[in-house]
Amino acid sequence: MTAEPTAEDTDLAEYVLRLGDDALVLCQRLCALVTRAPTIEEDLALANIALDLLGHARTLLAYSGTLDGTGRGEDELAYHRTERQFRSALLMELVPGDFAVTIARQLVYAHYSRLLWSALEKSSDATLAAFGARASREVEYHQMHADQWTVRLGRGTAESRRRMQAGLDLVWPYAAELFERDALVDRLDAAGTAVAPARLREEWEREVAAVLDEARLTLPKPAWQATGGRDGLHTEAFAPLFAEFRSVRLQYPGGTW
Amino acid sequence: MCAGIERPRSDLFICEGTATAAVLDEGVVDGVEQLNAHFEALLAAGEQIEPRDWMPDGYRRMLVRQVSQHAHSEIIGMQPEGSWLTRAPSLHRKASLLAKVQDEAGHGLYLYSAAETLGVSRADLLDALHSGHQRYAATFNHPALTWADTGAIAWLTDGAAVVNQAPLCHTSYGPYARAMRRVCQEEAFHVRQGYDVLWSLCQGTPEQKEMAQDAVNRWWLPAVALMFGPPDTVAGGADDRTAAMGAAVSQRSMAWGIKRHTNDELRQRFVDNVVPQAERMGVTLPDPAIRWNEERGHYDFSPIDWQLFRGALGDGSQCARQRLAHRVAAHEDGAWVREAVDAYAAQLADGELESVELDDEGRRVS
Ligand SMILES: [Fe+2]
Ligand SMILES: [Fe+2]
Ligand SMILES: [Fe+2]
Repeated sequence: MTAEPTAEDTDLAEYVLRLGDDALVLCQRLCALVTRAPTIEEDLALANIALDLLGHARTLLAYSGTLDGTGRGEDELAYHRTERQFRSALLMELVPGDFAVTIARQLVYAHYSRLLWSALEKSSDATLAAFGARASREVEYHQMHADQWTVRLGRGTAESRRRMQAGLDLVWPYAAELFERDALVDRLDAAGTAVAPARLREEWEREVAAVLDEARLTLPKPAWQATGGRDGLHTEAFAPLFAEFRSVRLQYPGGTW
Repeated sequence: MCAGIERPRSDLFICEGTATAAVLDEGVVDGVEQLNAHFEALLAAGEQIEPRDWMPDGYRRMLVRQVSQHAHSEIIGMQPEGSWLTRAPSLHRKASLLAKVQDEAGHGLYLYSAAETLGVSRADLLDALHSGHQRYAATFNHPALTWADTGAIAWLTDGAAVVNQAPLCHTSYGPYARAMRRVCQEEAFHVRQGYDVLWSLCQGTPEQKEMAQDAVNRWWLPAVALMFGPPDTVAGGADDRTAAMGAAVSQRSMAWGIKRHTNDELRQRFVDNVVPQAERMGVTLPDPAIRWNEERGHYDFSPIDWQLFRGALGDGSQCARQRLAHRVAAHEDGAWVREAVDAYAAQLADGELESVELDDEGRRVS
């Protein structure tokens, strides 16, 4: 039996689970796009980004399972929870419409995650600090990829510009949830183990505004804000995503993979 | 190296059918004969032909056909496994499969680049694929029905690809040979991964093992028949006439140093590789004729005759249509993106981006 985790470990387990679920669900959305991209280069790029995100999810989920005292491994956590136990932000499960929506989401998440992982390099938790150092460098490429596409589509043709703006408008209401604060992140932030994402918001806004400016696109001013993912309150798109994700594993109980 | 051979450059001559056939001027014919002699001398010296070297039309055509078909196969081949990316039963397997499908996209890119050195464009080759004018390995016209299929595909079809491609690392056309050297190492890795997927299933529950065996049953023939092309020797299962026809094509290709072995030789090599692996894994290959032949020093197997080959093609099947439709849909859905890329690149080239103001519709404000 594992020892009872401390209150701080329980907090950290939940925090890390949120971040791991974000990466896992976004990875799942990208997986579905491979072989459907506008160019072969892009099939390759999306697979590459999905693979990085999967790596992040695996590290974070495994760490969460250690911290919470259950000893659950990455697969146990990824495949054997219920929908309501997933902590990902709603942005990740958003059904991708066209390529512009995919890029808009990547833009939001890549800047956010790069800022977050860099900030976590200074975490007093050694595991999280090491993860932050590795992951922040990987998502630099994701950010560059999203920035370049945003500019290309924003400045390409009238159609690409219209679609890119529509993609941003669709995605933007989901950005705020990434920066939400609650008692849990405040406690961890005060302890120096984690970073309250609200502290990254201003820098994030400055960065994406600069990209949109270069792309000659308009920064959306959303009329509403999505929320609920951190409490496991997802959209209706989540259950089918999760059902597909775990379908094989559920069909073969007790299987070895 | 054979430094003594002068290398006439293709760009100094109009080398495509246009001029050589149409202009029957004595001098030109002499010139072509001389060029051909140089070309043959390069081949005889074991040198690689490079894009700027003169080459006969037939050689160029055979290469364009083979390299583009190969590129298309990499791209279409992403589909059967790619459809399981969202359903991989463990995160470790999901990562391996993502890496594999990513590799296959890379292979497609290297090969399209190699084809482009022959004076064709990727856009035109893709159009030819989409319109059905160019083909891809018919192996991929078979459906990937279960998770175990991802293992069987990687083990058997990538395994067949390795056997085919190892000699192509020394094929006579330089850019193709170099592309194949990069591809081959990764393919060998895919084979091991595929074996490992099936091996794990065979270690698992009876239901998992059944899934593995079923996938092997369905992918054996597409791999052994289709990955190597039709029979081209009498021993391999062709009748005298078709063997002679197949052999003629193979011989032309071999004389030019594009191919190094007959289809049937490579097929035998594949069977010899795979049979012991299947035994170790504990799956049965669905060919009762497979047995070790002491005299030949090879495994016997049912000859892949033309009837079997045609039956395995799956031309016009639901799955064949779906593969092409999937590819065409992705291409058409992405048209606006590629147009944007071109438009932006053109703006950059004109150096006008900083100075031009666009209105809300993206039109230039004059
Ligand atoms: Fe990467
Ligand atoms: Fe490949
Ligand atoms: Fe492969």
